[in-house]
Amino acid sequence: MSQSYLLVALPELFLLAAGLVLLVVGAFKETAAGARLVSNLALGTLAITLVLVLVAAPDRAVAFRGNFVMDGFAGFMKVVVLLGALGTLAIAQPYLRREGIERFEYAVLVIFSTAGMSLLLSANSFLALYISLELMSLPLYVLAAFQRDTYKSTEAGLKYFVLGALASGMLLYGVSLVYGFTGTIFFEELTALYLDEEGAELPLGALVGVVFIAAGLAFKLGAVPFHMWTPDVYEGAPTAVTALFAAAPKLAAMGLTVRVFAEPFGAFVADWQQIIIAVSVGSMVLGAFGAIGQRNIKRLLAYSGIGHVGYALVGLAAGTQSGVYGVLVYMTIYLFMTVGTFGVVLALRRRGQSLEQIDDFAGLGKDQPLLALATAIFMFSLAGIPPLAGFFGKLYVFLAAIEVGLVWLAVIGVLTSVVGAYYYLRIVKLVYFDSAPEALDRGMEPELRGVIAVSAVVTALFVVVPGPILGSARVAAGALFP
Amino acid sequence: MMYGLIVFLPLLGALVAGAFGRIIGDRASQVVTSALLIVAALLSGIALFTVPYGEPFTVDLGTWIVSGSFAVDWALRIDALTAVMLVVVTWVSAAVHVYSIGYMSHDESIPRFMSYLSLFTFAMLMLVTADNFVQLFFGWEGVGLASYLLIGYWYKKPSANNAAMKAFIVNRIGDFGFMLGIAAVFLVFDSLAFDTVFAAAPDHADHVTRMFGASVSTLDLIAFLLFIGAMGKSAQLFLHTWLPDAMEGPTPVSALIHAATMVTAGVFLVARMSPLFEYAPTAMAFVTFIGAATAFFAATVALTQNDIKRVIAYSTCSQLGYMFFACGVGAYAAGIFHLFTHAFFKALLFLGAGSVIHGLGDEQDMRRMGGVWRKMVFTYAVMWIGSLALVGIPFFSGFYSKDLILEAAFAAETGIGGFAFWLGILAAVMTAFYSGRLLFMTFHGKPNASEEVMEHAHESPPVMTVPLGFLAAGAIGAGFLGLPMVSGDHAFWAGSIHVRDLAHNAIEAAHHVPLWVKLLPVVAGVIGLAVAWTMYVANPLLPGRLANAVRPVYLFSYHKWYFDELYDAVFVRPARGLGTFLWRKVDLGVIDDWGPNGVAASTLAGTKRIVRLQSGYIYHYAFAMLIGVVALVTWYLLAVQG
Repeated sequence: MSQSYLLVALPELFLLAAGLVLLVVGAFKETAAGARLVSNLALGTLAITLVLVLVAAPDRAVAFRGNFVMDGFAGFMKVVVLLGALGTLAIAQPYLRREGIERFEYAVLVIFSTAGMSLLLSANSFLALYISLELMSLPLYVLAAFQRDTYKSTEAGLKYFVLGALASGMLLYGVSLVYGFTGTIFFEELTALYLDEEGAELPLGALVGVVFIAAGLAFKLGAVPFHMWTPDVYEGAPTAVTALFAAAPKLAAMGLTVRVFAEPFGAFVADWQQIIIAVSVGSMVLGAFGAIGQRNIKRLLAYSGIGHVGYALVGLAAGTQSGVYGVLVYMTIYLFMTVGTFGVVLALRRRGQSLEQIDDFAGLGKDQPLLALATAIFMFSLAGIPPLAGFFGKLYVFLAAIEVGLVWLAVIGVLTSVVGAYYYLRIVKLVYFDSAPEALDRGMEPELRGVIAVSAVVTALFVVVPGPILGSARVAAGALFP
Repeated sequence: MMYGLIVFLPLLGALVAGAFGRIIGDRASQVVTSALLIVAALLSGIALFTVPYGEPFTVDLGTWIVSGSFAVDWALRIDALTAVMLVVVTWVSAAVHVYSIGYMSHDESIPRFMSYLSLFTFAMLMLVTADNFVQLFFGWEGVGLASYLLIGYWYKKPSANNAAMKAFIVNRIGDFGFMLGIAAVFLVFDSLAFDTVFAAAPDHADHVTRMFGASVSTLDLIAFLLFIGAMGKSAQLFLHTWLPDAMEGPTPVSALIHAATMVTAGVFLVARMSPLFEYAPTAMAFVTFIGAATAFFAATVALTQNDIKRVIAYSTCSQLGYMFFACGVGAYAAGIFHLFTHAFFKALLFLGAGSVIHGLGDEQDMRRMGGVWRKMVFTYAVMWIGSLALVGIPFFSGFYSKDLILEAAFAAETGIGGFAFWLGILAAVMTAFYSGRLLFMTFHGKPNASEEVMEHAHESPPVMTVPLGFLAAGAIGAGFLGLPMVSGDHAFWAGSIHVRDLAHNAIEAAHHVPLWVKLLPVVAGVIGLAVAWTMYVANPLLPGRLANAVRPVYLFSYHKWYFDELYDAVFVRPARGLGTFLWRKVDLGVIDDWGPNGVAASTLAGTKRIVRLQSGYIYHYAFAMLIGVVALVTWYLLAVQG
């Protein structure tokens, strides 16, 4: 019995064990070469974990006394999150080397955080949820301050930590309210509690608890009005870490949010739908308008990320299987676009110096035609212009919203997309139509080249071969709606 | 299969020359397109001898559009009328393709030119083989497009661009009527297939539409709208202004599009629609009136023009008028017959003029020509042949067709028929005069070109003279070849041209007119030529004196009845004024300020506010989070649970 328990959580256990081993390896080889070795080993670890998740049985399995669940939904999201961690760790290596902060702890922290994300996606009780959420977040706080000799990076780390602690507190408070009014913290029991009752109502106290839980989760998502840390932290943290923030934890938090609202509170769609709609509308509007005034590409991408979370939440707001399906497709596509875009940002250099200003994109079309093409693909896709992948992401969530009669929500989504298109297209304009006084550096590291190429190809060719992503997302969404 | 080849071989040529012209080179493009067209021309020749007298049939190519009761197929309708048009289009086009190899030899983008020519031919063939209104419209617009591209072929010349635009815009006016006509057909007949519509036409003869408080015969209205389209395409009076300007295109284009084929599409349309027009007597009278008026008007303008191509252009306009009034009096067969013969001799005249232009170093003004016949005897000879055919001298092809048209107009024994007959006779005198004037000014008298030009004046190479010879043969022989078309019993057409009362049809009547009517056109032609000879050979000072004596009349003709000036004042300038107003005041002032610029300004303001919120202080951020939670909880307590 206990053996099978361990088997269900094998990927996470492997990740944690590997993280400990890497820690020891790093401690004994505390040189640049050691850091590179640990980093490569971490990449291998993530890849093996990915395989372990892929080969795991697709059936629903519960372990650790109902605290841990493995189902199709968790499997799908884990694959996406692991891909994000893998891609961002790969492009981090050359960046850290260049910035002189190549230390083995980086990879180890990424491994532990990823383990937290993975556990988070399998959380089946509020206790497991909280523990894995913290396991995910604590390494991230450290990573944000990784470039500790710069003022900005330490500030980012501190800000993230303080606000994160506040969010955790809210989450815990919400959990305690829910426990107090329902008597359980297990998702399955919560589901069963109201399953048979026709027209059951959530006790008012529990409802307030749900609001607090939603606030805690929205903080991790970076959704309005709990988004305010994102621009500062995105800008202050080392770019490689920002890429990780944008890709992996956000996806894990989204997966968790979907599970929490679909499973334990699935019977109360009408109640929580309003929170999600409010947060979604706020995020879409603020993401679109906030980005326009930015001069720093990382801040811009922070707002862009806020907006994209808003779009994804449109799908969740629908509260149906096709809505969740839309969320999964959206987040998967978002992953590739984001990792690719950060790859481009990391590749952008002049005289060996990393660049962060939007105006620095000028002249890219002339100096690095292929990179410029990739940039254009990502920007057009982020703006949601067909036939690129980003368009289909939006299509499915908006369709789901329209199906349940939330036409006005879809309309807001489309309108904010139009506003958002401005700043994406502005980058394309800079790339192709403006020229810079000084040429950008040519050439880039193979890791960067590979990640950018893969992301660009996926983004551009999704329309041709949409099957793999759409098919598995459909199965994963089905797992939440038996 | 054969008919599919005829239609699609030119398209193949256009694609090859258009897409791969740069790769395969100039010579290969010329050879490919010309060869494909010659094959199509030979196949069309076979069609001319097999299709007439037999049952019409359709070649299905596939379904195009299906939407409710609206269904349109791609199909080729093969009957006698189509066969005649196939021959006209492919034979002239083949001659023009070959001729262009020589004429355009110094051009920079030969593949593009050949591709356009073939594309035009394809569109024209689509038009004449159409089995339904939509496919007809497809070809109709296709030839319009090709015409636009070819008129503006020398796109670096502003005048060519303007002419191309003018042709397109004026044609749009006609097309608008045409589209309304097609829509009306669908509304009334609930189908756009020719067979269905034509079969149902007699049942709708008494159908009446109320419009603007008056009752109008529905078929009259439809026929009238369709004819508006024909007027645009065939440059009939009021919509004729684009045709002379279209001479900005290369001369082979003028010969193919603006003489032999595209401009005759209107005549073809009326003939094809004969089952409708036969039940639309008012529209028929209108067709007759416009045709006769155009024949007369264009002839008067041609009298005084000095540009050799413009003279021929107005002549084309005038001859198209003849064809229309033939159709208008019910003698469709005579109209198509004239279309058939005209295609040969008018293409011949254009290509001959092109040969002269080519030989004299791109000179088009007849006042700077003269006395070149010794230098280019062959061109001189074929120009005579073409002119005699145009004038209607016996045994040249134009004689048969033009005489028949005039006889048919006379035999109609209606007021409008008589009007057309007498205007036609007057126009015939003028036709002979300006043809003679053209010949005498160009080839006779003292050389007016500089000695250097005369030194280099030369006969064109064989690649140009062979097509000329072919067309010259056509200008002589097409009359005999086409005679079966105009037998009184309409057996040739086998139903493809519909006449209401076969026993007393217009063609039959035309064969039984008094002798003086039969002779009058020839006499008119001889008089015209004689006057031209007197004025330009015997007494070269006479034209100048005459022009001064009747200066207002001369200027009226020289300025083409001031149509361009009139349109400029009535339509172009007010439209431009309205456009400027809408642009300056409405677009910039209202829409931009309230629309894009206003939205952009408020967007920017919103952005600034959001950016200001982002203060950087942790306690502000934490406060925002708490406010958010409090707001959501309050909302729930008040709205949801309350």
